[in-house]
Amino acid sequence: MRASLEIKNLNVMIGDKQIIKDFSLTIPKSEVHAIMGPNGTGKSTLAKALAGHPDYEITSGDALIDGESIINLEVDERSRAGLFLAFQYPMEIPGVSIANFIRAARNARLPEGEDLDAPAYYKELYEKMDRLKIDRKFTSRSINEGFSGGEKKRCEILQLAMLNPKYAILDETDSGLDIDALKIVSEGVNALRGPELGALVITHYQRLLDYIVPDKVHVMYDGRIVKSGDKSLALELESKGYDWIKEIAENAA
Amino acid sequence: MEAEAGFDESIRYAFQNHMDSLNTVPKWWREFKTNAFDSYANMPMPRRNDENWRFANRNNLSLGKFQFDRDTVSPNVSSLVEKSRFTGTQAGGFVIADNKIVQANRAPKELTDQGVIWSPLSEAIVEHSDLLRDYFMKQGIDLGSEKFAHIHSAFVTNGVLLYIPKGIEVEAPFCSYNWSTSENGSMFPHTLVIAEANAKASVVEAQLSEGEQSVFSCGVTHLFAGVGSELNYTLIQNLNENTLGFQINSNIAGKDSTVSMNSIILGCGHYRSETHGQIKGSGAHVDMRSMALANAAQEIDQRTLQTHSAPHTTSNLLFKNALKENSKSIFSGLIKVDEVAQQTDAYQTNRNLLLSNTAEANSLPGLEIEANDVKCSHGATTSEIQEEEIFYMLARGIPKDTAEELILYGFFEEILENIVDEKLSDCTRQLIRKKFGS
Repeated sequence: MRASLEIKNLNVMIGDKQIIKDFSLTIPKSEVHAIMGPNGTGKSTLAKALAGHPDYEITSGDALIDGESIINLEVDERSRAGLFLAFQYPMEIPGVSIANFIRAARNARLPEGEDLDAPAYYKELYEKMDRLKIDRKFTSRSINEGFSGGEKKRCEILQLAMLNPKYAILDETDSGLDIDALKIVSEGVNALRGPELGALVITHYQRLLDYIVPDKVHVMYDGRIVKSGDKSLALELESKGYDWIKEIAENAA
Repeated sequence: MEAEAGFDESIRYAFQNHMDSLNTVPKWWREFKTNAFDSYANMPMPRRNDENWRFANRNNLSLGKFQFDRDTVSPNVSSLVEKSRFTGTQAGGFVIADNKIVQANRAPKELTDQGVIWSPLSEAIVEHSDLLRDYFMKQGIDLGSEKFAHIHSAFVTNGVLLYIPKGIEVEAPFCSYNWSTSENGSMFPHTLVIAEANAKASVVEAQLSEGEQSVFSCGVTHLFAGVGSELNYTLIQNLNENTLGFQINSNIAGKDSTVSMNSIILGCGHYRSETHGQIKGSGAHVDMRSMALANAAQEIDQRTLQTHSAPHTTSNLLFKNALKENSKSIFSGLIKVDEVAQQTDAYQTNRNLLLSNTAEANSLPGLEIEANDVKCSHGATTSEIQEEEIFYMLARGIPKDTAEELILYGFFEEILENIVDEKLSDCTRQLIRKKFGS
């Protein structure tokens, strides 16, 4: 069996409202898939439910990392099992520096009693910050506090690069970015592409996919995938608009 | 009779014993103590309607069970000395156990040759009597614990005196470690710092317990900052939770001086602290910072006053409390700006982080401004750890307890980042970690 992030017949409720409806998708490792869709269709809900947010209840279905179910794991266990979520709105945490935050995350991945090699850690951190054009002074700044939209998203990609997950979900990483920031972030993601990472890129706009070119594009509407295709689907969607998707969804129903 | 409430005749007897035990002290010292005891005995306990005791528990302030005249020294002195090493370097250090000096690290000769005085109070009373007579307990006590300041004066026997002459700058801190070791004992830590013009020094004081015995601790710290001088004082209070603790701090900031008072508060069952920044010289700047981590049924009661009585002065107060379990904090702070103190900037901030839904934070900020050209603000917030912050950290694989600990450190960072000595900073963080994990 090929290694993959496999989502099987997933149903997710927020309160008494069903948002994700019998959703299935398999992202083989090494591939980048994109999910597009109008606002309110459940894209971010899917991301948060997979990460284990307590407000999002998985009522049935399963999600598996390389064949192992993760839906009964705690949030931190899912992360350590290899799932990474780049947040649409990263939290500001006063007084917790980027360096200490990522260090705590790395420490959590070490076996009991083993300590992080601090010089090697900082060397790696600085290299990856340089690549993402994040000023080294940011290491001692409180995470996301007072950061611009672009700085927050670059910081998310820095964490992605530092934590080496098996699968990454990028939730609207392009939102709030100008074209320069978008390029930097995309280059950062592209540098991580390869046989060891599978990625799911969630976006509202086709623009991001000019820079992070996906292997597959899925269009989501009302909690499920209504159309899948290659990268040309994103362009088609861009020209025809989401009303086209609505028609497809309604004809299918 | 109200005046006698909380007064126990055994204390008068103890005071007589205490006075009898003083041998070669100056006459003024005896008179000072006698007057202080009379004032203590005649002053009523704090009353329910005292503004300075609002929200405070007054039910456990009785001193009847404590012994004031016991003459004991802990048998394991060497272990206390071993544990009295919080800083990387020191210009001098005294370890005091139950009011007795158990180890003395004197100031180096090059400093004493320049006129620096670093002395245990017990010696200073004899050797620097005139200096003490001018400065000892000469800053007003005006935030509610007058009665307790009097009992401090009546029974105080030890502590430290630091005198820095004009123009002398000392980088390494002077350290004072005050240990309590006796069941139902009492201790009266005293720190008196006098900096002459353009002098510079820092002092680290620790108040610590050996064992879990119930103790009454009543400390006073007075800083006198001369013209253009720079003083930095840090208190680490980690007494056990069976301790009833008082700490009365005050500083007088002269022209163009810089004073920084930092408190790290972890211990005591009931802790009352008062801090008065008296900004008396133009161009002076005073920082008053505190962090407290409380758990169980601890009560941390803090009263502050920033008095500006000269123009072009600034003061900045930041008190942060994190409260676990059933603990409780009270912060009552006042900024007073006299009519002459134009172009004053004075800020007061109290932030409380509730770590349980049974913890309680009370905040009473206040301003009294008579000058018309000033910038003053006060703010108080009480919040809980945000679920979304925790989720963000969990989503990075950080376990929940580590996430909460990181957030707590983050909350205290604004205070801890001001601790210059790296070892002291590490020690403080370890004490916080130990307490947070308990």
